[in-house]
Amino acid sequence: MAAGRFLRNRLALAFLGVFVLIVLFVLAAPLWAEHVAETGPNETHTLEKLAIDGEQRDVVTPEGRPIGPVWFDAGGKFFLGADSRLGRDEMVRLMYGGRTSLLIGIASAAITTALAVLLALLAGYYRGWVDALIARTLDVIWSLPALLLGIALGVSLAVGGLKLGPIELSGGSLWVPVLIITVVSIPYVARPLRGEVLALTRKEFIEAAVAQGAGPLRVMLREILPNLSSTIIVFFTLTIANNLLLEAGLSFLGAGVQPPNSSWGTMISVGEELLKTAPLLAIVPGAMIALTVLALNIVGDGLRDALNPRAKIRLEAHAGRVEPEGAAV
Amino acid sequence: MARFVVRRLAGMVAVLFAVSVVVFFVFNVIPNSDPAERMAGKNATAALVENIEEDWSFDEPLPQQYLAMMGKVFTGELTSYEPEIPVNERIAEGIPATLSLAIGAAAIWMFFGILLGYLSAQRPHGWLDKLLGGISVAGISIPVFLLGPVLIYLLAEQLGLFPNGQYVGITEDPLDWAYHLVLPWLTVATLSIGFYSRVLRSNMLDAMDEDYVRTARAKGLSERQVLRRHVLRNSLIPIVTLFGLDFGATVAGTAIITESIFDLQGVGFYAAEAVGNLELPPIMGITLYGAFFVVLFNALVDVAYAYLDPRVRLGSEAR
Repeated sequence: MAAGRFLRNRLALAFLGVFVLIVLFVLAAPLWAEHVAETGPNETHTLEKLAIDGEQRDVVTPEGRPIGPVWFDAGGKFFLGADSRLGRDEMVRLMYGGRTSLLIGIASAAITTALAVLLALLAGYYRGWVDALIARTLDVIWSLPALLLGIALGVSLAVGGLKLGPIELSGGSLWVPVLIITVVSIPYVARPLRGEVLALTRKEFIEAAVAQGAGPLRVMLREILPNLSSTIIVFFTLTIANNLLLEAGLSFLGAGVQPPNSSWGTMISVGEELLKTAPLLAIVPGAMIALTVLALNIVGDGLRDALNPRAKIRLEAHAGRVEPEGAAV
Repeated sequence: MARFVVRRLAGMVAVLFAVSVVVFFVFNVIPNSDPAERMAGKNATAALVENIEEDWSFDEPLPQQYLAMMGKVFTGELTSYEPEIPVNERIAEGIPATLSLAIGAAAIWMFFGILLGYLSAQRPHGWLDKLLGGISVAGISIPVFLLGPVLIYLLAEQLGLFPNGQYVGITEDPLDWAYHLVLPWLTVATLSIGFYSRVLRSNMLDAMDEDYVRTARAKGLSERQVLRRHVLRNSLIPIVTLFGLDFGATVAGTAIITESIFDLQGVGFYAAEAVGNLELPPIMGITLYGAFFVVLFNALVDVAYAYLDPRVRLGSEAR
């Protein structure tokens, strides 16, 4: 029934299509790099020339200006031009950068949601001091401005990496931004979920399960968790969108993805320096982020309407990361 | 009321302490490299690292380290090491630009957010509502790091209508100050205009079903009076709370990215610069002060909210 409702929502369906296209686009990165552009995302072509209509043009002019979009004039090479005075292929970087952005967004959203569900179940089921400890900790993280906390963690970890028991991450690892974004975004999911678990545990069917002798694990996993599933699906979708935005903000400032890796956020900060002469270098990755976030938000709203039309599920508004209620009219 | 204020402020102090401990852990305790080396910066000398180790009590137990850090933050001794610049001075220099950006943007988003929301709620699902709804959704979906470059390129570089960022002090030339800030203001405000107009619209539609609105209509008020005096007034209360959260978040979030895009020499610009150089002390200072500002501002908004809406303070005392 829920699936039927979602399939009737043409707007949500169309934007699900957009999101699938974006995923296919970034997955095609190695194919495009190998067969069309014939270069990698970090290969520089500073002193090379490009044959366009029988004319030889510099990839980077002697003044350091990168070539603009040449579309298919050079057989797909430098489709969107070069990225900077380093002369890297912007299209290849856009595809590989999108992989990084989506990977971080989806991985951090998955870990955030899983941890948030665990914390919400523990807090809501055991209550008492367990709940107090979890809820107060979440409150403190929530009261810190998300971007500032992300920057603080980002810089601190980028300098020295992380050594925690068996876990050892270098400062440039992609897991560092995933970890940071997970820590920062947990309260936005865990706080509303905890409220929902608290409400569920007061229902009669939980009482009935306990009366039948069901232990804590059984009640949490077999009775409460299935009732959270529609909320979890919606939150997961919306969290990917929010985490993409946070990743882009952190990487734009230099506290997220570290070189040589790049993401859409780092591409904007590289492109921004050449805004006067080559505006597309900053605007195209920015537009990709906006399109992805818009698609995910509309799909998330559509899922919410389909799964539970009466519920007002929304991420808590804070730190500029606001999720409008019923934004998709 | 007094009891509410005291309780809220006590809660605030507890949160401030917890926040400072989190920041302490982020910078001093996260197990990775030597904290003194991290603090010193990229090309520090061995002597400097040793100095910092001594100065920050890095070889003593954690409580002493915490006290050393807080002592530095509150006496204004926090400095970046290469070159040695007092963090507090740089932050103080940046505050006028940051507040100019945040306050101006907030005024714009509140004005247009309320105006558009009010107009949308006049005739729900009418053509104006649908048009404004579409504009709002578009506004909400544009992140600052897309809108900023687009505005700079189109309105500053191509058409030359506005200057390309840079901050001019309000005391130097108020007109030039506003002229330089128009694009950054729009960049920050757009997202919130869309969001606030949607929230206000949905609040107003909910309020229209309330009994007091029916009463107001029944006693013969005109539709316009009902909307303005009863529906709008009551729907604005939640907007105040939202504003409290968002204003703090703008100062300590969106403003950082926007200042860096528009080269406004504010606190956020300083933060971005420190991130670029991987300097920890400025980031520590900005994170702590920023978090303090946000927590303090939220507490003030809660108190103002309790003053406006007695249900809040009575509800919390009854509990």
